[in-house]
Amino acid sequence: MKIEVKQLSKGYRGKTALNNVSFTLEEPKIYGLLGRNGAGKTTFMDILSGNITATSGEILIDGENPFDNQRLTESICLIKEGNNFPKDLKVKNVLKIFSYFYPTWDQQLADELIEEYNLVPNAKVKQLSKGMESALGVIVGMASKAPVTIFDEPYIGLDAAARKKFYELLLEEYEAEKRTIIFSTHLIDEVSLLFEEVLILQEGSLVLKEEADRLRDHCYAVSGTIEKVEAFISGKTVIKKKQLAGMMTAYLYGGWTEAREIGLQVEGVPIQDLMIYLTERKKEA
Amino acid sequence: MKNSLDENKPIFLQIKEQLEDSIMNDSIQAGERVPSTNEFAAFYKINPATAAKGINELVNEAILVKRRGVGMFVTEDAKEILIEKRRKTFYENYMLPLKNEARKLRIGEKELLEMVEREEPVDEN
Repeated sequence: MKIEVKQLSKGYRGKTALNNVSFTLEEPKIYGLLGRNGAGKTTFMDILSGNITATSGEILIDGENPFDNQRLTESICLIKEGNNFPKDLKVKNVLKIFSYFYPTWDQQLADELIEEYNLVPNAKVKQLSKGMESALGVIVGMASKAPVTIFDEPYIGLDAAARKKFYELLLEEYEAEKRTIIFSTHLIDEVSLLFEEVLILQEGSLVLKEEADRLRDHCYAVSGTIEKVEAFISGKTVIKKKQLAGMMTAYLYGGWTEAREIGLQVEGVPIQDLMIYLTERKKEA
Repeated sequence: MKNSLDENKPIFLQIKEQLEDSIMNDSIQAGERVPSTNEFAAFYKINPATAAKGINELVNEAILVKRRGVGMFVTEDAKEILIEKRRKTFYENYMLPLKNEARKLRIGEKELLEMVEREEPVDEN
């Protein structure tokens, strides 16, 4: 499904959560939506899933607004970090309700996952541990097979092994059937290899939207003596620089062959670090 | 096969280089099938599109060939093509850093040449 975000803004009581954000997600891919706390990620995902309306601008999914639009909401599944399900419902009834809601629901997958994550079908949601409740979210998100599936920090309380299982599952399902998966998380190092494209929000604005592998190729750190590095970076956009003992490292975006030719040391920058430097820089400016 | 990938470098490039290395050291031979996109994705937990990009570049370079419905296979000329390709970058990838370091260590041309000629056991890799 094509997702068009047009000049999207949202304010809460005078505070701006999203400020004139525009971009298009053309294809079913695994997208990483990153940003610091309060960057506007959750607000964006809430508008996308039709839970709330924008103050101005709009999101169109296949040309339609998702708010109060049943045909569309059946195709969108948003799993948040908690309180996804009514506390008094039993696990098996949660699954039943969602199976009625999503025409694409995969009951067999849901059953397999209930077993995999050791959930008791007759337990009530309020009896589940944090990790178990997160597992239930993951199960619903995966089994919904919704063409647009959104995970907003879905795994509070899930241990490392259960998270790994979730990543494997996500890839398996994605390979079997391409769908748009939007994944927001702070555990970037763990999942950045899954992303095909990365979006970074900072204080309500989109600061970056790029193919993940292009980022790894274009974002780099050069190190060498201070004079050499200073000479190389002059006139270029520097994301961050630091120095120690006469040596300097600068983080830049662009082509790096030139730097290597003049004898500077060139290294790639992991997406997690890039996110940190990019969002730091905005604050200082 | 590496156990994990390096986050600092494009992933498709690492997939590509890994296949190239396997072909170079004969662990995958001409005519043999290489792992599929999905096998790479599952092994490293990476996005399948990224793995596909690395594999497709090798197809474009005629190092791999796609047989519809069966998979990707190493071409007859794969190793020759790779040797040719690596010879082209040998100077900048190996000689240049070597000479730079030698200069820093004040190792002269003569001493360097002596080292080149020194005999040592052959490294199989």
